[in-house]
Amino acid sequence: MATAMVNIPETAAPGEIVEIKILISHPMETGFRPGMDGKLLPRDIIRSLRCEYDGETVFTAELHPAIAANPFFVFHLRADRSGEITLVWADEKGNEFRQSGQITVG
Amino acid sequence: MRGGAAALLLIAATMASGDERLSGTAFMSPETRAMQADDLANPGMFAVLEGARLWEETAGVSGRSCAGCHGDAAETMKGVAARYPAFDEASNAAVDLTARVNLCRTRHQDADPLPPEDPRLLALTTFIGHQSRGQKIEPDPDPRLQPWRELGARLFRTRMGQLNFSCANCHDDNAGRHLAGNPIPQGHATGYPIYRLEWQSMGSLQRRFRNCLVGVRAEPFAYGSREFIALELFLADRAAGMTIETPAVRP
Repeated sequence: MATAMVNIPETAAPGEIVEIKILISHPMETGFRPGMDGKLLPRDIIRSLRCEYDGETVFTAELHPAIAANPFFVFHLRADRSGEITLVWADEKGNEFRQSGQITVG
Repeated sequence: MRGGAAALLLIAATMASGDERLSGTAFMSPETRAMQADDLANPGMFAVLEGARLWEETAGVSGRSCAGCHGDAAETMKGVAARYPAFDEASNAAVDLTARVNLCRTRHQDADPLPPEDPRLLALTTFIGHQSRGQKIEPDPDPRLQPWRELGARLFRTRMGQLNFSCANCHDDNAGRHLAGNPIPQGHATGYPIYRLEWQSMGSLQRRFRNCLVGVRAEPFAYGSREFIALELFLADRAAGMTIETPAVRP
């Protein structure tokens, strides 16, 4: 299963405001819903998302059970240097997933 | 307001072309339309990606994949969803795309059919439907489909359930108005399978039918039933010439 669709611009002018998008494929099971057997389905959500730009953390988010399946994030960065932009998200069990792209500024 | 103006423009543009039919998308909020229009925001694209993976994966004892027979879906599946439901010689019946995938599994791959609304089945039908995105719906003209066409047209106008509503009572007589808070579209199924935000998953047109039937307090027909295939064919005729949007996003 594809885990995320990410948009990281490949190039930008110095100081340009760029848009980063990520759509994560995830059920975001709340932990409040009973399954077919009447027992609660265990909670299974993405807990956190962060964005690293050239090694620096520039965006973080905490996710909660009320967020729907397949969470979608859009945020903006000022592109002031070339480098790697990495999106890192972690699930309930602490497993980390990452996807990155190189941005060239100039 | 801006969304309302955009919807009016869309309606005006369509009327100008002499066709008063609108896709359900025209009735959606600007936010939902934006989500559908951007492939990086449309959660239905996950089903397309998963379908592309399954297309290449072997299934059953035959060890065959879809690609093993059909090759590159971008070429061989282009326009296929646009002409379904179609007539199947071997079973002497109308089949929709979902049934076709399962027939391929049982006849050619020697695999078990996938259960209705199975995520793998939806992924494959979404992937195949997506290959026709942007193309016009061209229903199969096969005369042997006539009994299904007639049944579908009749069912669309048959009142059902404790609320005693037919499909036409909402989608013809009251399209464009609201049922509780929800817009009533004209019943042009151009974007199936859809990603529905309420379901938080993909769903087939038959799931949508079952939703409507439960809504009017009727006993829904079974998945894959003759009645549902007939309704699908009737809706394909109704939307003939309209553009396929798979995967559409609905609230």
